[in-house]
Amino acid sequence: MLRLPRFSYLRPASLAEAVAMLADHGAQSSVIAGGTDLLPKMKRRQVQPAVLVGIAHLEALSHLETTASGAAEIGASRTLTSVLKDAGLAHHQPGYAQAAGLVSTPALRNTGTVGGNLCVDTRCNYYDMTEDWRTASGSCLKTGGELCRLASSSPRCWAISSSDTAPIAVALGATAVVAGPEGERDVPVASLYRDDGNAHLALGRGEILTRLRLPAPDGWRSSYVKLRRRSSMDFPLAGAAVALKIDRGVVEGCRLVLGAVASQPVELSDLVHGLVGQRLDEEAIEEVASGASRLAKPLDNADLSYVWRKRMVKEIVARAFRQAAMSEVAAVV
Amino acid sequence: MLRLRVNGETHETLAESSETLLEILRERLGLTGTKHGCEVGECGACTVLLDGAPVLACLVLPDQIEGAEVTTVEGLADGSALHPLQEAFVALGASQCGYCTAGMLLSAKALLDEQPDPTRDEIRAALAGNVCRCTGYASIVDAVAQAARTLQGAR
Amino acid sequence: MSAPREWAGRRLGAVPGGADDGDGTFRVVGKAMPRVDAVAKVTGTTVYADDLSFPGTLHCVLLRSPRPHARIRSIDVQEAAGLPGVVAVLTGAAMPTRFGVSPSSEEEQALAADKVRYVGEPVAAVAARDEATAREACKMIHVDYELLEPVTSIDRALEVPMDEPIHASSRDSNIHRLAAVEFGDVEEGFAASDHVREDVFFYEGSNHLAMEEHSATAIFSDGQLTVWSSTQSPHSVHRALSSVVGLPMGHVRVVATPHGGGFGGKVDPCAHEIVVAKLAMITGRPVKCTLTREEVFYNHRGRHPVLMWVRTGVTRDGRIRAMHFRTALDGGAHGSLGAATTYYTGALQPATYDLPAYRFEGCRVFTNKAPCGPKRGHGTPQPRFALELHLDKLAEDLGMDPVELRRRNYVRPNSRTVNGLRITSCAIEKVTDEVLAASGYSRRERREGHGQGFAVSAYLCGAGTPMYLNRMPHSEVALKVDRGGVTVFCGATDIGQGSDSVLATLVAEELGLERSDVRLVTGDTGLTPVDLGSYSSRVTFMAGNAAIEAARKMRTTLAAAAAEHSGGRPAEMTVAGGRIGPLSFEEAVAAAEELYGTLGSVGSYAPPPGISTSKYRGSAVGPSPAFSFSAAVVDLDADRVSGEVRVNKVWIAHDIGRALNPVLVRGQVEGGVYMGLGEALMEAQAYRNGLLHHPSVLEYKTPLSSDMPEIEYLIVEQPDPEGPYGAKEVGQGPLLPVVPAVVSAIHDALGVWVDEVPVTPDKILRALDARARGNDPRTGPRAFPKIPYPPCEKVAIPDAATAAV
Ligand SMILES: Cc1cc2nc3c(=O)[nH]c(=O)nc-3n(C[C@H](O)[C@H](O)[C@H](O)COP(=O)(O)OP(=O)(O)OC[C@H]3O[C@@H](n4cnc5c(N)ncnc54)[C@H](O)[C@@H]3O)c2cc1C
Ligand code: SF4
Ligand code: FES
Ligand code: FES
Repeated sequence: MLRLPRFSYLRPASLAEAVAMLADHGAQSSVIAGGTDLLPKMKRRQVQPAVLVGIAHLEALSHLETTASGAAEIGASRTLTSVLKDAGLAHHQPGYAQAAGLVSTPALRNTGTVGGNLCVDTRCNYYDMTEDWRTASGSCLKTGGELCRLASSSPRCWAISSSDTAPIAVALGATAVVAGPEGERDVPVASLYRDDGNAHLALGRGEILTRLRLPAPDGWRSSYVKLRRRSSMDFPLAGAAVALKIDRGVVEGCRLVLGAVASQPVELSDLVHGLVGQRLDEEAIEEVASGASRLAKPLDNADLSYVWRKRMVKEIVARAFRQAAMSEVAAVV
Repeated sequence: MLRLRVNGETHETLAESSETLLEILRERLGLTGTKHGCEVGECGACTVLLDGAPVLACLVLPDQIEGAEVTTVEGLADGSALHPLQEAFVALGASQCGYCTAGMLLSAKALLDEQPDPTRDEIRAALAGNVCRCTGYASIVDAVAQAARTLQGAR
Repeated sequence: MSAPREWAGRRLGAVPGGADDGDGTFRVVGKAMPRVDAVAKVTGTTVYADDLSFPGTLHCVLLRSPRPHARIRSIDVQEAAGLPGVVAVLTGAAMPTRFGVSPSSEEEQALAADKVRYVGEPVAAVAARDEATAREACKMIHVDYELLEPVTSIDRALEVPMDEPIHASSRDSNIHRLAAVEFGDVEEGFAASDHVREDVFFYEGSNHLAMEEHSATAIFSDGQLTVWSSTQSPHSVHRALSSVVGLPMGHVRVVATPHGGGFGGKVDPCAHEIVVAKLAMITGRPVKCTLTREEVFYNHRGRHPVLMWVRTGVTRDGRIRAMHFRTALDGGAHGSLGAATTYYTGALQPATYDLPAYRFEGCRVFTNKAPCGPKRGHGTPQPRFALELHLDKLAEDLGMDPVELRRRNYVRPNSRTVNGLRITSCAIEKVTDEVLAASGYSRRERREGHGQGFAVSAYLCGAGTPMYLNRMPHSEVALKVDRGGVTVFCGATDIGQGSDSVLATLVAEELGLERSDVRLVTGDTGLTPVDLGSYSSRVTFMAGNAAIEAARKMRTTLAAAAAEHSGGRPAEMTVAGGRIGPLSFEEAVAAAEELYGTLGSVGSYAPPPGISTSKYRGSAVGPSPAFSFSAAVVDLDADRVSGEVRVNKVWIAHDIGRALNPVLVRGQVEGGVYMGLGEALMEAQAYRNGLLHHPSVLEYKTPLSSDMPEIEYLIVEQPDPEGPYGAKEVGQGPLLPVVPAVVSAIHDALGVWVDEVPVTPDKILRALDARARGNDPRTGPRAFPKIPYPPCEKVAIPDAATAAV
């Protein structure tokens, strides 16, 4: 059976202690929340931190609150299941809840956390493999090697951002609260990511994501559509998150974010800019969806053909727009 | 020394921090009813209940079980009286080779504990992380539905 | 979904009587009953191979090749051997004897010594105090490889090898096996046809993905070797072990542990089974090896990828005049059962359609990939897929209903096929009628994006000839009856299909007992008489008949004793309800023990000689004592824009002879449909640059519970004259028609052909794109390679007289 490599497990008593532990152990340490992403990777020896700092038990990371206006604050170590069961969130933040509900399987959602999902490692067909397989294929940039197996002349890693909740969090204009050696700071989720498959998070050493803040809907509607092969378990082959403010059929504001087509969530602000002030009819949706598909550049390092995935971006974007347009206006003034 | 409660019994065992609940159950406590088919969260064969909620034992570290109540397939029956889910699995042939059965039963139990009268689609969704290669799932879904009726009748 | 029900299918036309001479009613046979081992399985008490642990066990890990094709210059194990905790390190030099599941494939070494032929081939093994240490030690073994050109496609394998052939036995090529045979005059048939059509198809390879990863433990003590393993064929492992470790058969015992799924993946003797045995002999300690999921993919022996070409001539009214079928199998690195697989790709086409003339040419090549072997349906799902779709296309050409075209060519009961197969009971018409009626196929809703597809198939009830040539029985059963109860000893293994339950049912019925009165000892070469294994759907038919024979002998003995004891005549002694004549079963047994001493009886089964009349190279493959027939209709929606397919419902009718236990039948039917859907839409053991594309449960896609459509199954019971109580197989047949029916339904929905499985959404879109551009609306292979088939062996069509069976 596949087993974990040896490591020492630290159980900090507080968030501050956790931050200090990470600072102490530096690059050989890693945060672990639910472990549903990290532990399989460790079993496959993709990563081998010598020290794991557990944060799932920390009080500071576990609250969940939705205000009357619909603004929500979710502790990073909240499980996805607990988020799904929250009636306030389902009501006010349907797009986020939808995305959380589309992650993996019921049992994995019982341990997988909100923070872990936002931070989940990037994926690649040449990377998410066992040690033996990677020995046979040779290492790549993401495993300490010299070249990218996907594109041998590439100076960078193209591993895919595969979080289901990241695109919708960006579309909703969410903020991540990050604690580090220098104290807490607020980071727009959009700025949490970097376009580099080998270092996809813009977090400093020892920084921990503590909370996710979703702003009050204030008339915005949201929706997330996930492309996957099967009805459960599979990582996204592409994701489309839409946030939309419509008044009597006319678009007042719009954000569109694609997931799983690059090393970070891709916000297409220029593309949707033209929608503002327009009626959101089928023609308009069609045009934006086609544009999104043109701009998406999936590569041949995930399931099914990348040509098909690119083409399907159009479909899921259109579906997401239709869903968002149909969904109830969330916030009741 | 790790203290954990499994099926109502308290155990104390030496476990490395890098041993998962799967290894602790099977190799330290001799509870081999919990199976494994991948060890990386992809098959559901190792599903157990942690404080009533299904989790994958192959991805659970000792720290997560300290003080929690673990339920495995060995803890489902009440003495020699089978749980209605087990009875239905037996009667309808929902266990063929039996390798996915423990995980299926526990996922199903968690569902029925929370949703006593699930639709067939809800049953399918609750079992979506448990791969079965023998049954085609139909008899399993039937068995869960039948157990739900039995349990409701008993209420 | 309709209202919840316990019994989701229907049994049709059950005929009382059948093989039994009784009053037409049965006490145990035909009743819906749980499996005999069900409670153990739901309580977690069943002990599978990896659940076994013996005191002092060493753990074994295999080092596998990272190279697809290379010579081994040297292996340095010194550093590994020195790691604390390591007890033994083994390489191929210690086990030079080659083995294989059939005598034609004895070219494998448990650990490769001179060269490696695929990524994942075992080259060394470590036994250590725990698995982690053994794994660490494996990394300290240094193998010096001299790289050879890897051959990774059928086309490439047909060319002259650049460096050297994968196996020296195939001389200067990578062709493993060629077959060419012609029954009747095919050219004449084509000449007499009004219409002739050719098509090319491809069926991707797939893995069994049994949920249980293979595991074996060996103990050697007092000169006796015992191996516990999750094998489907303890007899094959027994033979291989004896020859490789050099112990007489009588000193080796193989115990098949309860099985976490097989589907053909555990039929071949495996490297780890032999390695643990050798290590146990070297160390004197129990040695265990459990494969990881990735290793299971390397061990493979799964479905062969097959490229197929078929040409058929028909008359205007839809009568087939001649068929010419060519196959090219990508065999992977070893033979396994591949010679048989090659013949199977040509054997059963005539088992559903009456072909007046038939030519088959088959070819299996070696490639540097994990070895293919037997998987559920062994070599027949691929040609069935091609044949059924080819007939759909012919029907379209003729403007004829595809079902009608098939009906005009169906085989008849009690007939002889062009390739000499004996067909006895045959409900092909009935399964067709039933599935059409239930699905409403001919009245189906016609709208863009919605479709239904229909297909039929046939499968064997056990191979007519054994895996290695001999005249001994295929199945043997012994029965022990005494004061301690009734025990059945049978070499068959229950791999989840329920064969233990079937044996208990048959013996209970014969002895007038309840199933719970029958104790079973199975799959243990040290205790049970020989059975060839659980493959090719042979257990119910063969072991079942052997069990009936043994039980009937015992019944006669007990009736005689009861008669003697009570002063009646043996014929008056009714055996039923736990009584034999006026005596209770126990009293009768006591009387018999008094009279005759130890009570034992045996039964055995070998197929009757008449099941095949034609003799030609390959004629051993195909004949069977009986054939089961299945028909399926698949209803689905296919999205024109995304290419995504949603299967709504599958209707399947299966000609089972008699359902010995409907609970088990249902499981096999639905499980087969499920696996068929998986192969039609998702499953692929695919490679990129000689490396497996998806060696994980997550990426090797297989349907989840939430992906499954509703399945309605119809069990057609027309007892077979030779089956146990009239029963036929159900383990493999129902998979076969599902795959072509899916593709046919996609054509019905969108008007395009995807002549290649799995049908992924991108393939559907490619076909739609082709149509939009005015090209052939199809995705699939374009051409069939030039293959140096030998001249066809011409076989005379069997004499009509032999057809009356
Ligand atoms: C079979 C399978 C299917 C899956 N399918 C999906 C899917 O469909 N969609 C999807 O999005 N994910 C999927 N996942 C991945 C994973 O389960 C989820 O993303 C989950 O939400 C991760 O949360 P976690 O708490 O378990 O993360 P962990 O494994 O604990 O952590 C993941 C990463 O984030 C870091 N991290 C965790 N928490 C924090 C924090 N608070 N601050 C800073 N860094 C942190 C960790 O160091 C680690 O690198 C799947 C996993 C498996 C095994
Ligand atoms: S994109 Fe290239 S560098 Fe990044 S993980 Fe894949 S192969 Fe490695
Ligand atoms: S063994 Fe845990 S999910 Fe497969
Ligand atoms: S019963 Fe065999 S895997 Fe489910």
